[in-house]
Amino acid sequence: MGERESELYIHIPFCVRKCKYCDFLSAPADAQVQNAYMEALLEEVRESADDIGVPALRENGRGTWENAVRPGQDKVTSIYIGGGTPSVVDPVWMEKLMACIREHYRVAEQAEITIEVNPGTVTRESLMRYRHVGINRLSIGCQSTDDKELARIGRIHTFAQFRDTYRWARETGFTNVNVDLMNALPGQIMADVERNLERILGLDPGPEHLSVYSLIVEEGTPFYRMWENGEFEAKGMELPDEEQERAMYWRTAELLRSYGYAHYEISNFAKPGYESRHNSGYWQRRDYLGFGLGAASLYENTRFSNTGNLHEYLSYWGNRRAEAAWARGAAKTEKAASERVAPGSEETAGYRSDRRNERTEEQDIERIRVQMEALSVQDAMEETMFLGLRMAEGVSAAAFRERFGCGPETVYGEELRESIQEGLLERKESAAGGENGKGISEGDVRYVLTKRGVDVSNYVMAKFLRDT
Amino acid sequence: MALENQVKIEQSKIRNFCIVAHIDHGKSTLADRIIEKTGLLTSREMQAQVLDNMDLERERGITIKAQAVRTVYKAQDGEEYIFNLIDTPGHVDFNYEVSRSLAACDGAILVVDAAQGIEAQTLANVYLALDHDLDVFPVINKIDLPSAEPQRVIEEIEDVIGIEAQDAPLISAKNGINIEEVLEQIVTKIPAPKGDPNAPLKALIFDSLYDSYKGVIVFCRIMEGTVKKGTRIRMMATKAVEEVVEVGYFGAGQFIPCEELSAGMVGYITASIKNVKDTAVGDTVTDNDNPCDEPLPGYKKVQSMVYCGMYPADGAKYPDLRDALEKLQLNDASLNYEPETSIALGFGFRCGFLGLLHLEIIQERLEREYNLDLVTTAPGVIYKVHKTNGELIELTNPSNLPDPSEIEYMEEPIVSAEIMVTSEFIGSIMELCQERRGRYLGMEYIEGTRALLKYELPLNEIIYDFFDALKSRSRGYASFDYDIKGYEESKLVKLDILINREEVDALSFIVHADSAYERGRRMCEKLKDEIPRHLFEIPIQAAVGGKIIARETVKAMRKDVLAKCYGGDISRKKKLLEKQKEGKKRMRQVGNVEIPQKAFMSVLKLDDKN
Repeated sequence: MGERESELYIHIPFCVRKCKYCDFLSAPADAQVQNAYMEALLEEVRESADDIGVPALRENGRGTWENAVRPGQDKVTSIYIGGGTPSVVDPVWMEKLMACIREHYRVAEQAEITIEVNPGTVTRESLMRYRHVGINRLSIGCQSTDDKELARIGRIHTFAQFRDTYRWARETGFTNVNVDLMNALPGQIMADVERNLERILGLDPGPEHLSVYSLIVEEGTPFYRMWENGEFEAKGMELPDEEQERAMYWRTAELLRSYGYAHYEISNFAKPGYESRHNSGYWQRRDYLGFGLGAASLYENTRFSNTGNLHEYLSYWGNRRAEAAWARGAAKTEKAASERVAPGSEETAGYRSDRRNERTEEQDIERIRVQMEALSVQDAMEETMFLGLRMAEGVSAAAFRERFGCGPETVYGEELRESIQEGLLERKESAAGGENGKGISEGDVRYVLTKRGVDVSNYVMAKFLRDT
Repeated sequence: MALENQVKIEQSKIRNFCIVAHIDHGKSTLADRIIEKTGLLTSREMQAQVLDNMDLERERGITIKAQAVRTVYKAQDGEEYIFNLIDTPGHVDFNYEVSRSLAACDGAILVVDAAQGIEAQTLANVYLALDHDLDVFPVINKIDLPSAEPQRVIEEIEDVIGIEAQDAPLISAKNGINIEEVLEQIVTKIPAPKGDPNAPLKALIFDSLYDSYKGVIVFCRIMEGTVKKGTRIRMMATKAVEEVVEVGYFGAGQFIPCEELSAGMVGYITASIKNVKDTAVGDTVTDNDNPCDEPLPGYKKVQSMVYCGMYPADGAKYPDLRDALEKLQLNDASLNYEPETSIALGFGFRCGFLGLLHLEIIQERLEREYNLDLVTTAPGVIYKVHKTNGELIELTNPSNLPDPSEIEYMEEPIVSAEIMVTSEFIGSIMELCQERRGRYLGMEYIEGTRALLKYELPLNEIIYDFFDALKSRSRGYASFDYDIKGYEESKLVKLDILINREEVDALSFIVHADSAYERGRRMCEKLKDEIPRHLFEIPIQAAVGGKIIARETVKAMRKDVLAKCYGGDISRKKKLLEKQKEGKKRMRQVGNVEIPQKAFMSVLKLDDKN
């Protein structure tokens, strides 16, 4: 079997305190819960190496022991430990996690291994320990450089704490650092955005990568309630309107470009060669396995997610762990027993224990692996379009043709024409060879969002979904 | 049970009655209990509400089509009595049907909620029953509620309605308390029917139902004479003549054939009739070979009061919509429709209804039972347009209004309304009626704390949301009933809506000249909220006679972007995009503007206070 590349995502659903805008699967938890979770997580990582736990894949002979293609034989080229705030968990767990991954998966030597951290939850020592287990990329949640702004959105740290974290990161040898910033915060004006960017760009050395997101007031967050109740206006902290938000977005892009960052994805900027491999994988539809609460996966053209219910997650993997321990113990006893008892009974005993495992697993796995969806060719084409368009390089007609046997013009002729006419999409012809020459040898055509297209990207992307 | 087939029933052992009540006072529940206690059904067969067998009815808690059920009751005097319980519709849209059902009865049970007392519909229905010379006896329901005040309600009934109520059974239909007492009073207080079984046939149609196997099943009360298989019957108003195939009575939810139906009995007739239009409610059935001299009084041709345009969301579904309307009409003579074409909405139908509730029911049935996705235009009433050339147009579609220069004057339908309200809300209800161009006629105090307000109101002011407004301004305490009074001259204009400078015919509506500006302004505001931003700016204008009276602008879409993708959760992103796409599907393209389907109903929501 040829070598395939895949990525791992590890979700740590814990944080010190929920930020006011946060609708992620994350919450504060005590050490006991964290430990139980990490044990369960390790079990999931271990077991999934042999069996992904997706019945559909098993039936297709793509997820079972016997078959050749299994995660353990893929080459893992990226690992991303996200959250929540992974750094709230005792660093010893990251050591165990990385050891476990390396034991069960073939991690490429050059793999990009990222951990998300937040100022106030790391020390020089913990960063050092991350470095020692091979984590080579740090993503620091800064969000703002103004303490008042930070407090307003419910962050637990100050800008000074961020600067410490950043300095320690450099001191402990992280040479690939991302900084998260947020735009369009309540009461924010353009000058605030520029100040935030300039302070970050003024760091020496500046970060290799920047993610700049605009605040979205999501339902179910404290900000949503405040917005509904008109509290932002009442406090003179109005949310920037769409016009202002767009101005901030493009000002950000302009500033960062002038500092040598490529705007390679809608919200992401990188110094040459520092584009996040992990996130690009999502847009390029590389296989990835997500471990942990609520984590999403794409494997063998099947998408699925883990349950978002912590109790279910813990009890399932907790049980599996106990069963695995039991099976190891039982195997020994049975072996010993079969040596003593008459031949024939060994089969019976083995059968019974297998049955027991099978039943519990079949029932529970459906609860753990949820939203399972085998993608059709149609689905894959749609994804190729709407994910590809997120990237500055856009959708490559040649790559599309290679993957599906026909060009995007054949499938989406009208949509492409219409979008180009509306000034939302651009057709770019690139010369033969390409910069890295990878895959595409002849002259290629790429479809790329225009600036206006970026502003209304959902509108454009929705066109490529076929009526159901 | 087998009584009917062998033994002639004595008239003196028949009781034909109905139950009248204000909505939610427990009419259907009491009907269920009566059916249950008379033992015709085992509890296992009992669905929650036997009489309301359409899903829709159950959800709305009201009864739409009149139905009947026959049960047998063994009374304390040792005799067996036949009860024919005729269920009546409970909404003002169906007032005429109610009156015909009442005419089929000899008596009525008046159900009054022990906590709420008399309400507007209680009064309207009880007067209607008394007008039909029915003997009415009251029943106080929900006595197990903590807030029940049976004695107060008894006094109220005596004071306000003027009927004896001291020995009214105090019951809980829900919990089956004191139902026996109701059954006994049906025997003692409701008179047996009269009528000569040997006289020429005279039967009242109070409902009919289309059955694909039997044809139309005519529900009737035999007033005089006898009808049996082979009788050549004639509907006196519609003049249809057919030979009877089968007669019978109503088991619970089934038709049970019998030999004959004679004076005093309630039952059904089938005669291979193909269309319910031939068996109009209120018409008289007689023997074609031995006819009676005159029909029963009270027949009225059903007339649609409310009209709207109905269009398939997907133009290709036009034939499906036509077929569905055809099928619904088989069973509903009060529904009428004719094809029409809208520039904005394509091919559809202008449909006429008894009222807004009727409209909503048909709309829901089309959507649910026939899986149609509909675009419905704002409902309107029938206006009489007197043209300068002497011609009279009955206008049901605003787009067909002639040029103002050709119009001499216009008339609109007016209703007499009675609103029952507790005194603290009198002010706000009067204000509401004033806003709706109501003409105050008077007020009567029912008791110290409640009053009956009398108004004349234009029908087009109450068909939309008047009932909701009434409820919200009285914290649910007001109740309401109305009757069509007639037509009156009125200063009416057509309000047109232009979207991106194109007139959208389906959004036009007729409005009183004095409120045109206000309505136009609100309509523009509403549409501004309903119409999503496009890549370009869209002006929305309201115009009367070509003159723009209001304007709003839907600004160009500035952004439509979702930056974040949650830990590779592509499915979530796709769902968002799908939702967006789905939303677009529910839009109508007018020029280069996509208008959401529900925008065509926006005029209904103009009076939302928030």
